[in-house]
Amino acid sequence: MQIYLPIAEMSVNIFLLIGLGGMVGILSGMFGVGGGFLMTPLLFFIGIPPAVAVATEANQIVASSFSGVLAHVKKRTVDFKMGTVLLMGGLLGAAVGVQVFKYLKEIGQVDLLITLSYVVFLGMIGGLMFIESLGAIRRSKNPAPPKKVKRHTWIHGLPLKMRFRTSNLYISAIPPFVVGALVGVLAAIMGVGGGFIMVPAMIYILGMPTKVVIGTSLFQIIFVTAFTTMMHATQNYTVDAVLALLLLLGGVIGAQIGTRIGVKMKAEQLRILLAIMVLGVCLKLGLDLVLTPSELFSIGAGGH
Amino acid sequence: MRIIFLIIGLFAATIANAQETIVSELSQDGVSITATFDGSEIFLFGAIKRDAPLNLSAGKLDVIIEVSGPPTNTLVRQKERKIIIWVNAESVEMERAPSYYSIAATGPLEELVSESERSLRNLGLDYAVRVANPEDEEFREAVIRLHQKNGTYATEVTPVTLTEETLFTTKLAMPVNVVEGEYTVKTMLVRDRQVISTSISTITVRKTGVEKWLYDLAHEQAFIYGLLSLAVALLAGWTASEAFRRIRG
Repeated sequence: MQIYLPIAEMSVNIFLLIGLGGMVGILSGMFGVGGGFLMTPLLFFIGIPPAVAVATEANQIVASSFSGVLAHVKKRTVDFKMGTVLLMGGLLGAAVGVQVFKYLKEIGQVDLLITLSYVVFLGMIGGLMFIESLGAIRRSKNPAPPKKVKRHTWIHGLPLKMRFRTSNLYISAIPPFVVGALVGVLAAIMGVGGGFIMVPAMIYILGMPTKVVIGTSLFQIIFVTAFTTMMHATQNYTVDAVLALLLLLGGVIGAQIGTRIGVKMKAEQLRILLAIMVLGVCLKLGLDLVLTPSELFSIGAGGH
Repeated sequence: MRIIFLIIGLFAATIANAQETIVSELSQDGVSITATFDGSEIFLFGAIKRDAPLNLSAGKLDVIIEVSGPPTNTLVRQKERKIIIWVNAESVEMERAPSYYSIAATGPLEELVSESERSLRNLGLDYAVRVANPEDEEFREAVIRLHQKNGTYATEVTPVTLTEETLFTTKLAMPVNVVEGEYTVKTMLVRDRQVISTSISTITVRKTGVEKWLYDLAHEQAFIYGLLSLAVALLAGWTASEAFRRIRG
């Protein structure tokens, strides 16, 4: 059954969209990631214009992270103060990101920017995860004493110190603000929540306890992606509500199935699988940039 | 005396020109893009009206139907290899290129009408899509190729059935990715490679229902549309979390 998407202005099979949503939902449930960084490239592959894919995905992430954060609020695993600092940075970053996006859309380079960002970030994250989980598997075979975590880093020398009670931290507000801003830019340009950057940054750079990391990042992601959705909707007119709704439908069901599969698998195995998948998508996007395309010409939006 | 000649002259001209006129009708003059829009097929039928009985000694009679979508200024970009990656480099703006183009006829266009007639009437893709600068020929070909690939320019001439040199009928297929606007349907009667009569009608393509409402809202009330999208997302997120909490609990 075909459905006509009003903003993307194309007709797509409705089951393909629900299926895609479901598939990415399963993966995000299994790995505990938002899935935006997989969904957006998949939308490119089925022919959705990148500008529409990015903006619509931001809208979808609002839904999935809202659904996720509710559970964390009940468990009291959200550091609202830290979340607010991250959020302020995030809003600034997203505002800058949307402007960059708008400018590049006008000069016809937005597809390149999105693809390049994906190749760089997916390559980095996938590569790191792959090496790290290979190491973890090797360690689990012949266990060695865990390395000591350095308590005092350069982070502690910065001014504007604040006390974050839930995270049990007394650090400068600058690093979380910068991390938030970086993630905000990515949210606007790549149509991702940015959890895959923010979570490691919160653990390794800010030194937050693992139990509050997911809830706090979800809290920030809701507002940043909501803001991004509004910016894209009012400046680029690229949010397709019908597309978002169909992806959501598959996504929420998939996420529940994924969570159950995830429980039965080992963490290292999961991570190495995710790393391989991320590297696969990265490779495909990278090859598209490097290999000689079969069609060198494209029709862009002209003045009507 | 001169007046008499003038009258005779006019009379002769009328006989020669208005001998045969073409009349045509569409099965529908509008196409609605709805949520389940999957392309559309329109029947075109018509007849040749004659003041005098069919002159059997005259040349072969043909019918050509040209459908062209609302013209737009189209920007075409060419990719170039920069260092190792392919990026959009040069671009050319094609002025008033039809957003849709198809020809239905009783035979191949080149055989039915003379080159000068085609050029005069911008008939056929090679005349309908033009570039200002002849150096941009590559870009012109690319526009045609890209449009043909996504179905908005027809690659083949749709057959027209002409019965008894009087009645004709054809099916016009509108692809799924047509844009909104007025489509001009030009029905031409051809004899001896010259167009002798033309009839013009229009097909209006419009988004309707939910599609129209959402599209208009997104463009005219973007802020409200954005808020609405967020509200739907939050509601969906909350519903999902509640539903699964109950299933688990």
